[in-house]
Amino acid sequence: MKERIEELINLAHKKISEAFSGKLLNDVKVEFLGKNGSVTSLMKGMRDVAPEDRPKFGQLVNELRAKIEKAIADKEAELKEKELAEKLKAEAVDVTLPGKFSEEGTLHPITLVKNQFIDAFQGLGFEVFEGPEIELDKINFQMLNIPEDHPARDMQDTFYITDSILLRTHTSPGQVRVMTSRKPPIKVMCPGRVYRSDDDATHSPIFHQIEGLVVDKNVSLCDLKGSLETILRKVFDSDDIVTRLRPSYFPFTEPSVEIDVSCFECGGKGCKLCKGTGWIEVLGGGMVNRNVLAMCGIDPDVYSGYAFGIGLERTAMLKYHIPDIRMLFDNDLRFTKQFK
Amino acid sequence: MRIPLKWLNDYVDISSVSVEELESKLFSCGFEVEEVIKINENVNKIVTCRILEKSRHPAADKLFVCQVDAGGYGNLQIVTNAVNVKEGDIVPVALDGATLADGTVIKDCKMRGVLSQGMFCGGEEIGITEEYYDGAGGDSVLIFHDEFAPGEEVAKLLDIKDVVFDINVTANRPDCQSVFGIAREVAAILKKPLKTPNISYSVSNADTKDFVNVSVLDSELCPRYMACYVSDVKIAPSPKWMQRRLALMGIRAINNVVDITNYVLNEIGQPMHAFDYRELTGQSIVVRRAVGGEKIVTLDEKEFTLDNNVLVICDKDKPSALAGIMGGFGSGVKDDTSAIVFESAKFKRDNIRKTSRVLNQRSDSSARFEKGVDAYSNEFGLKRALALIDELGAGKVAKSYLDVNSCSPDKKVISTSMEKIDKLLGIEVPEKEVEAILTRLDFDVTLRNGQLTVKVPLYREDVEDYPDLAEEIIRSYGYDHIENKLLDNCSITPGGRTKAQVNENCAKKYLASIGFSEIITYSFISPKDYLKFGYDLESLKAIKLKNPLGEDLSIMRTTLIPSIVATVERNLNRKNNEGRLFELAKVYIPEKLPLEDLPTEKLSLSMALFGENEDFFTAKGAVEGLLSHLCFDSPLRFERSKVCYLHPSRSADIYAGDELIGFVGELHPEKAAELGLDKKVYVAELDYENIKDRLTRAYCVKVFSKFPQVERDLALVCDTETTNADILAAISAAGIKNLISVRLFDVYTGDKIAKGKKSLAYRLTFSSLEKTLDDDEIERYIAKILRRLEEIGVKLR
Repeated sequence: MKERIEELINLAHKKISEAFSGKLLNDVKVEFLGKNGSVTSLMKGMRDVAPEDRPKFGQLVNELRAKIEKAIADKEAELKEKELAEKLKAEAVDVTLPGKFSEEGTLHPITLVKNQFIDAFQGLGFEVFEGPEIELDKINFQMLNIPEDHPARDMQDTFYITDSILLRTHTSPGQVRVMTSRKPPIKVMCPGRVYRSDDDATHSPIFHQIEGLVVDKNVSLCDLKGSLETILRKVFDSDDIVTRLRPSYFPFTEPSVEIDVSCFECGGKGCKLCKGTGWIEVLGGGMVNRNVLAMCGIDPDVYSGYAFGIGLERTAMLKYHIPDIRMLFDNDLRFTKQFK
Repeated sequence: MRIPLKWLNDYVDISSVSVEELESKLFSCGFEVEEVIKINENVNKIVTCRILEKSRHPAADKLFVCQVDAGGYGNLQIVTNAVNVKEGDIVPVALDGATLADGTVIKDCKMRGVLSQGMFCGGEEIGITEEYYDGAGGDSVLIFHDEFAPGEEVAKLLDIKDVVFDINVTANRPDCQSVFGIAREVAAILKKPLKTPNISYSVSNADTKDFVNVSVLDSELCPRYMACYVSDVKIAPSPKWMQRRLALMGIRAINNVVDITNYVLNEIGQPMHAFDYRELTGQSIVVRRAVGGEKIVTLDEKEFTLDNNVLVICDKDKPSALAGIMGGFGSGVKDDTSAIVFESAKFKRDNIRKTSRVLNQRSDSSARFEKGVDAYSNEFGLKRALALIDELGAGKVAKSYLDVNSCSPDKKVISTSMEKIDKLLGIEVPEKEVEAILTRLDFDVTLRNGQLTVKVPLYREDVEDYPDLAEEIIRSYGYDHIENKLLDNCSITPGGRTKAQVNENCAKKYLASIGFSEIITYSFISPKDYLKFGYDLESLKAIKLKNPLGEDLSIMRTTLIPSIVATVERNLNRKNNEGRLFELAKVYIPEKLPLEDLPTEKLSLSMALFGENEDFFTAKGAVEGLLSHLCFDSPLRFERSKVCYLHPSRSADIYAGDELIGFVGELHPEKAAELGLDKKVYVAELDYENIKDRLTRAYCVKVFSKFPQVERDLALVCDTETTNADILAAISAAGIKNLISVRLFDVYTGDKIAKGKKSLAYRLTFSSLEKTLDDDEIERYIAKILRRLEEIGVKLR
């Protein structure tokens, strides 16, 4: 009897180890453990065993069954693992193939710098005001202390539509529109397109400015310098930037200044960007001319103000190292796509 | 303004200041030196020599061999091709190692086997012209007519080196449009004394009023008119020193009298005119407005017909000059002129500017008057011109001159306080400094207990109020005294963007997130652009510029499409084969033309898509995605578009309710071909101005059912003409409240279906807030929907 069991177990082990697929293993399972399988039929032979040996016999057969079952289960697990490994292998991809994503678009560099200025200035309590691009001569010039046939008009070549209507030459008319419609305290920025009849390598007939205006009691030139230094540090992303004021002339401010920043490329030592001077001219401004305040209905003996105008093209060109202003209006995707 | 430094040095001693230092000091005081021009900087080792012997070159027909005495440089042998030189002549020679004006370095060399130890020079090599030395203008070797000793440096001898500053003078400082004007500033900056040019002269017994009668009929346009008679005029060339200075200013020498007027214009800043006394019919000068239709021929022989806005200088009969702009033909000095009348006047600057522009006639004089000439300079300039006449012996000056003057002779007085000035600047400037600075700038200053009273120099017409004084003070005191303050004493204000501005950024960012790159294009386009897109220019109401840069940039656009399509075209030409672009910019819609009021400026949004992966639906999807992102307050309706430049069956007008808000579609293939586009381009334009007020971006959560959703797919068959919109409308008409979504997931036409038919497959999702929907209920809904669909000829497949 014992020999028979021994024989069966050896046979089972052999067949199990030879089964190389789930199906073959299942066949083995049926052969030994199925309804008519060898182990089952061995059990059926119980009746031929002497009654006193039956418990012993049963125990032996059950042990045999358990052993075969375990061997099959082990083999099953082994086969499953193998099959999975093969399946995963078959699904292999070249991980160096490009990933799939939809390419994002970009905002224009002018929009980027405009938003940077607005974000920085709104922290100081500035609102955004947008006036018309087609403007009255009166508001673009006269109310800004530039009467007809004033030499200052030569500073700005103007596109006219009629004798009294023109394309604004600067964002400064925004000052007039704000001052004539609101009461101080005023803190606004006026961004937008402006127009001058110039067209060469350094000038575009259309460009963008952002105007800043503060009208309140006690505004001084120190506030202009402090505000701009704060903002320019943010926009040019450098805490080391300092500003320098120097005298200039705009009819609508007095005193008028040009504001230079220390070169953020070389830190003021002198480089190509700052043409060796250590300084970069970025904007003009000054204290709002008393005549302008008065013309806009604001008492210049009570209020004072500062105003400035920044060229966005110039800022973008400096900040992003854009070599030619025309690239900004060319809209070549190889250019625009770089501003992600 | 060009300022030769040697000339400047006549009035203020700048010998101890380097060029760089002077430049930087001027810069910090508001005078930017735009260019430093170094005149004949290179010229070196060109010396005088005497030709001792001249003989033919043994091996070359056209060359000569000269032995010269070069003084301290010894006797040298020079090979030359100059035929004009002869033995005994004194000529300039560039020695071994010399540098010519153009930078060429001269070396000893053998010419056809004969050693040449230098080169004879003409004016060009030395960098000089006739204005420096007679004969220097020719192209042969310069032969000195002076008995110069040999071996002298020619540069020194003829004083040919100088440095010229080209200074950018701001429009508020016409008083600095002259060498002496800049000298006043430099003297103040360097704290050095100012030397005034000589204005004294000897006079004849003549009295100007006996020779000419001056009447000014329009004192508004001519506040001051001065005239002086000069007799015994001898027209001759002016001296070389004067010619040289004029040459440095870019002015050609003419004769002594004309040169004096030009010299005074540049030295003092006063334009002058010299009338030939013979030509002043009736011995009278009348300053008046022209009579309408009156004519004048100016000395450059151009004829002008004048109107009443033009100021003219007339004699008894006719206009003899356009005031401040140019003299009349024949009125000026000629070679045989024997008596002149000098004019030194102040004309209203805006009138000169206007006339000069209207007539398109400009001169150095008009350019100067446009900037503003002060009454002080009228007299100063006249006296200086008369002193020069005397100095050059060009004529005899009358003992008195005429002066018709309506300007106030008094200096302007400004009374203010240091408190006001300090408050504006934000710092306290020491009173001592204020007093010293203003005094140096020629103001009469009284400063006591913080009260500041100044008398403004007559030539400073720009100084009107205390902010002007603040500027004068701080530019001298130094802007580095201005501290950084952050609106410390001002009100707190909320600031920030408006809702519309926030939304605009949201729109741009969304478009960028789905692959669109923002572009910025010119606001003006060409009439041709409109024609190309099939617009009728006659009926098109668009604003035209009066003075465009060219026809192609002459119309303020009413649509953004031509600009964005041109951008696509440019990108395709450069092999940027796919892309998505957008522009959010204004279009300009006039109420009425010609423009009487400001037009409406509307924000418009244009989009363009091109490349393999784009089709009508990616374009449409971008529009839908954007408006969905911005929470546009109305559902959109798409109808076949009538826009003429779009593909008639692949384009749609977009409606919000009944309102047309834009269009989207493929460019018409023929139009695309005409525009040179060989790829399909999809465009859209939305009336953003209209849309922007209808964005309801705010989160308000809608409750959804906690019971399971039930999905049913319907495959439908219908005629090809039946649209998705028709089917959706029919499904909606069934009025099933619990139908929460209908999604098209397949469209099929082909073999498995009858001709003229198509199949559409929809997934319907049902859900109730109250209960789980059972099969019976769903079947009832479906039956109801199918009945509606059958009414429009749509069946289950």
